[in-house]
Amino acid sequence: MSKKDLGLLILILVVGAIVAIINPRFLLPINLANTSNLIGLFGILSIGQAFVIITGGIELSVGSVVALLGTLFVDFIATRGMGWPVAFVLILVLGAIIGLAHGWLITRLKLQPFVVTLCGLLIYRGVARFYTADGTAGFAFGQNFPELEFLTAGRSYGVPNSFIALIVIAIIMWVVLHRSVFGRYLYAIGKNEEAAKYSGIRTGRIVMAAYVICGVLTALSAIYFAMYTRSISPASHGQFYELYAIAAAVLGGFSLRGGEGSLIGVVLGTVLLQELQNLVNLLGIPSSLNFAVMGGVILIGVLVDQQWGAFRARRLMIDAARKNIVGAAAE
Amino acid sequence: MNYSDTSITASIPFLSLENVRKTYPGVVALDGFSMDVRPGEVIGLVGENGAGKSTLMKILGGVTTPDTGTITVDGTAHKGLSVEGSLGSGIAFVHQELNLFDNLDVAANIFFGREPLRAGPLKLVDRAKLREMVAPLLKRVGANFSPDTQVADLSLAQQQMVEIAKALSIKARLVILDEPTSSLPLAETDKLLDVIKALKADSISVIFISHRLHEIERVADRVVVLRDGMLAGTLGKRDINHDQMVKLMIGRMLKEREKASEAARAPGAVALAAKVIRTPAYPSRPVSLDVRRGEILGLAGLVGSGRTELARVFFGIDGSLGGTLELDGKPLVLGSAADAVAHGIFLVPEDRKLTGILLDLSIAQNISLPNLPAHARRSLVSASAETATAETQKKNLGIKAPSVQTRTGTLSGGNQQKVVLGKWLAMNPKVMILDEPTRGIDIGAKAEIYGLMRALADAGVAVLMISSDMEEVIGVSDRIAVMHEGQISGILDKDQFSQENVLLLAVGKQPK
Repeated sequence: MSKKDLGLLILILVVGAIVAIINPRFLLPINLANTSNLIGLFGILSIGQAFVIITGGIELSVGSVVALLGTLFVDFIATRGMGWPVAFVLILVLGAIIGLAHGWLITRLKLQPFVVTLCGLLIYRGVARFYTADGTAGFAFGQNFPELEFLTAGRSYGVPNSFIALIVIAIIMWVVLHRSVFGRYLYAIGKNEEAAKYSGIRTGRIVMAAYVICGVLTALSAIYFAMYTRSISPASHGQFYELYAIAAAVLGGFSLRGGEGSLIGVVLGTVLLQELQNLVNLLGIPSSLNFAVMGGVILIGVLVDQQWGAFRARRLMIDAARKNIVGAAAE
Repeated sequence: MNYSDTSITASIPFLSLENVRKTYPGVVALDGFSMDVRPGEVIGLVGENGAGKSTLMKILGGVTTPDTGTITVDGTAHKGLSVEGSLGSGIAFVHQELNLFDNLDVAANIFFGREPLRAGPLKLVDRAKLREMVAPLLKRVGANFSPDTQVADLSLAQQQMVEIAKALSIKARLVILDEPTSSLPLAETDKLLDVIKALKADSISVIFISHRLHEIERVADRVVVLRDGMLAGTLGKRDINHDQMVKLMIGRMLKEREKASEAARAPGAVALAAKVIRTPAYPSRPVSLDVRRGEILGLAGLVGSGRTELARVFFGIDGSLGGTLELDGKPLVLGSAADAVAHGIFLVPEDRKLTGILLDLSIAQNISLPNLPAHARRSLVSASAETATAETQKKNLGIKAPSVQTRTGTLSGGNQQKVVLGKWLAMNPKVMILDEPTRGIDIGAKAEIYGLMRALADAGVAVLMISSDMEEVIGVSDRIAVMHEGQISGILDKDQFSQENVLLLAVGKQPK
């Protein structure tokens, strides 16, 4: 765990303690379970986003993808009678295809990630609304999928299974990002794509793979969100979720320039964001201020981090200069 | 003609430098250099790469101040100039790389930041007045385009004219042209030389830096030759000719070098062969070149002659627009640098910090990067394997660093270059291309890098070394190929090696 991650963890604990003191209901099992469920849902989404951001890219379409794939998933199993395991795999494949398309446009046709995924944001939202004729996709009365519901919205020993899913995914993706050859390539490309290319790395393929991972994880979270809300109105479902994901990554120490950030960071970033949402509810702050609180905290967090970095760089330089003077004197 | 010559000699110099000396750590860039420039005089400034021209330009531009010596501008003596001081006294630069906004029109570029404004609170740009101000400037440089033309639509020579018009707009009295023609086609060059004559007629002084000696012959009133940071000589109007300039540029060391070279080695089989390759930089000029196993082939030529572009094609960064590559006699198709690496063709690029290494990664991470799968078990990176490889390279190459976990960004240039070499030496090079391998590196590290190249060649690797350092090319190479404006103008064998021959080929003439 890096110092940055540790600082974030301490901040989460301090904020939690303050909220718990003001309103002890924060620690009620029901509140903790609800919050950790949301952490699970948004965490999976944010990890996907993190893989794109590490390459210096951005994925703005995830909110719309959550709406589109969620709608399709509910439609497949509720009205088309598809078996849920089949629908589950199909949705993940669709997510991968969306990621592949974005990656292809970005690496092969050299379009900017912001532009490609902004268009995706508009397109998928429109398609989702068209698909249901602007209606709501949901389950009929009495329709049950016990195994699926257990896996997505159920609990084990009181812990939401969505949270457990996040932990499993986080561990796997931690290994991928911080220990695998592929993860090293991602960092190298994010730091300096040209130099990575001159080291013989097929940078296009690696970046494309990052978008595919983002697409698959977004698809997975789309299924979780669908099973959590159980009814989806495509006009608003998943709106702004891309911003939650980006915010979690930024809070977690990712640089939008690429090449910086850790998996623990993005998970902790998600935790802090959900904690803040919870705080707004529990402290009786008008929920209309929800976004303002989030925005304010992110801004302060990034500012402190940046100033701290600049301070440390200055210190290092002064130290180095001092050493040089001493060294010269010794000669 | 003689009358105008004497009138120039009689007038007071606009600029004079006396005994200017400038040192950088480990290098004397300029030493005891003196020159003066009279109003309306065109000075040709020539010298090899690294002779001190850029330092001189930096001093005149106020970017750096000399250690000792005086600079007298318009009768006032200075220890050194500041950027504002240089501009204020009427010294203007037109650089090889143009500083124009190509998304704006000509008028906007010339008066950028100094636009005439309309009255009123909005302070809108007075377009009519701007056009009025620009028109006479364009006329003076003989431009045939309107002030409203987008810079992006202009040819390179026309863009140069815009730069010169910009210089005139600040009432420049001395315009310094830094290799203005190096990227111009011949027809365009004529236009530019006419502009220089027009400036002269307005009694504006010009310092014209160029590698193209015949252009200097055509416009210069006087030629100042720099060599190793010192004034090698000055040629008056009547003495300006090609041979004189070349002689002064390379100086006395001519004979010594030839002796220093050893007997020619027996050439090995051809490893990398280029057959009528066309690079994106010079699509109309095919290049054919063989690099043999066990030899160091020096690739000489002036900056911009197309050497780096050729290296980029050999390394798969750029595709070739025609022709074929062969490796060990078999056709070779390169779609990316990864393909080249897979075939054992490695490049130590010219720009170390941008393309050679990742400054934020450690020595070990940089060295393992091109061959990471070999340092991994079940696609998980093995830190111990990485460290072991890096330690071996650190020891063999003598990389000076606290440990292999040190960030490469904190290392000196020479040690960074060794990391770049290390990452390729840890694999199995067949063809090693080094682009300016010793640029910005201290002398000790240079010698080590020469030793490494020779060791590689002795081990049967085909080594292609691009270098602008004449002594390096002659001292290290087994054969020298010289490029001139995108083409191989000649290949010299060991017994033909001389600075004069390389330079003649580099400027497109036949060797002696």
